Amino acid sequence: MNIQEFISIIEEEFDEVEKGTLEASTSFRQMEGWSSMHALILIALVDNHFDVLLTGEELRGLDTIQDLYDLLASKKA
Amino acid sequence: MKTSKISNISIHFPTQSLNNTDLVNLFPDKNEDNIYKTFGIKNRYVREPFETGSDLSYKAAENFFTEFPDFDKTKIDFLIFCTEGLDYKAPTSSSVLHHRLGLNQNCGCIDMPMGCAGYIYGLSLANAMIVSGNASNVLLLVSDIPTSVIHSQDFDLRCIFGDAGAATLVQASEQNGIGKFVFGNDGEGAKNLIVERGSTRAPIDKEWIEEYKNEPQYLAHGKMEMNGLEIARFSLQRVPSLLEETLQRNNLKFEEIDLFVFHQASKFILSALQRKCKIPKEKFYEYYENVGNTVSCSVPIALKNAQLEGKLKKGDKVILLGFGVGYTWGGTVVEWA
Repeated sequence: MNIQEFISIIEEEFDEVEKGTLEASTSFRQMEGWSSMHALILIALVDNHFDVLLTGEELRGLDTIQDLYDLLASKKA
Repeated sequence: MKTSKISNISIHFPTQSLNNTDLVNLFPDKNEDNIYKTFGIKNRYVREPFETGSDLSYKAAENFFTEFPDFDKTKIDFLIFCTEGLDYKAPTSSSVLHHRLGLNQNCGCIDMPMGCAGYIYGLSLANAMIVSGNASNVLLLVSDIPTSVIHSQDFDLRCIFGDAGAATLVQASEQNGIGKFVFGNDGEGAKNLIVERGSTRAPIDKEWIEEYKNEPQYLAHGKMEMNGLEIARFSLQRVPSLLEETLQRNNLKFEEIDLFVFHQASKFILSALQRKCKIPKEKFYEYYENVGNTVSCSVPIALKNAQLEGKLKKGDKVILLGFGVGYTWGGTVVEWA
């Protein structure tokens, strides 16, 4: 999965986010309506698509969608 | 070989309730649509002040005797009571319930403070009593009163949890009924969902009473703390393998299951699990919209409603999975009688 596909999946999953508004450099905590619930949604999304169960700590250490994508790429490498 | 079956289930809900309009009145910065969208819940039932787990189970048992008048309650030879809201340190609440219900004195009584996996563990104990030949008619009462340990300002927990009681009759059977069980435990998760204060290790003290003096009963039986993220991670990690192990233990294939009934933890956890385990939506039963997460009662309430809605019929194979506080987990398959 490339970064664009990853971004599309996130946009699909987050109702509040309009399609085409996210970029690799978007900080996910700055996304529209971000709450602790969205951290859960992101963890489940990543688990579902990458079979990787992130910890809260791992997620807290990340800022942008690119950071998250890179972490997943390194875990799957 | 002797087996056991679930004969019937009755439910009781307290009379007070908390709907999303009530919640918005209490938390004016929230809105009803968002509560429903996030939690999928419209209503939860709330105990009366001082109502205990055994009070709710007493009413569920009375409902049972009214609903199934042909059953002679003097036949009950074992009473299992599962709650995290016990009446006393001693005696057991099951003894008190046994007396209130007027059961026969040749009836064993035991308490089980188990939480989210409680119904599965209760069924396993009832099944073991029957299969071993030590009992024939086991009354399994489960009830929980999570609202008694939720701080009035804890919005998320007030949205998620509700109180309830359920009575299940487990009887000896010649046909297939309750199958084999899978159990598991990981005490490292204890801190992620805990009511720490108010019992023996950490009783409440003067400071506690001062801090919570404006709360009902100054939260004397403790305050629930939940790390929602860790509970969700635990569920995503554990439940798919629990499902797999429970099928294997019962020599069944995924496709042979007619209905999947999981502990009704939350909308988020259930939909993530349904997706992850690739369970067809029509076979995945969800029941929390009008009751919330009722802890040990969530599985019997779901079973009762699935039956009433015609989604659970005689001969159907239903897989039951419980998981949560502890962490504890358990699973079994029941052929519906």
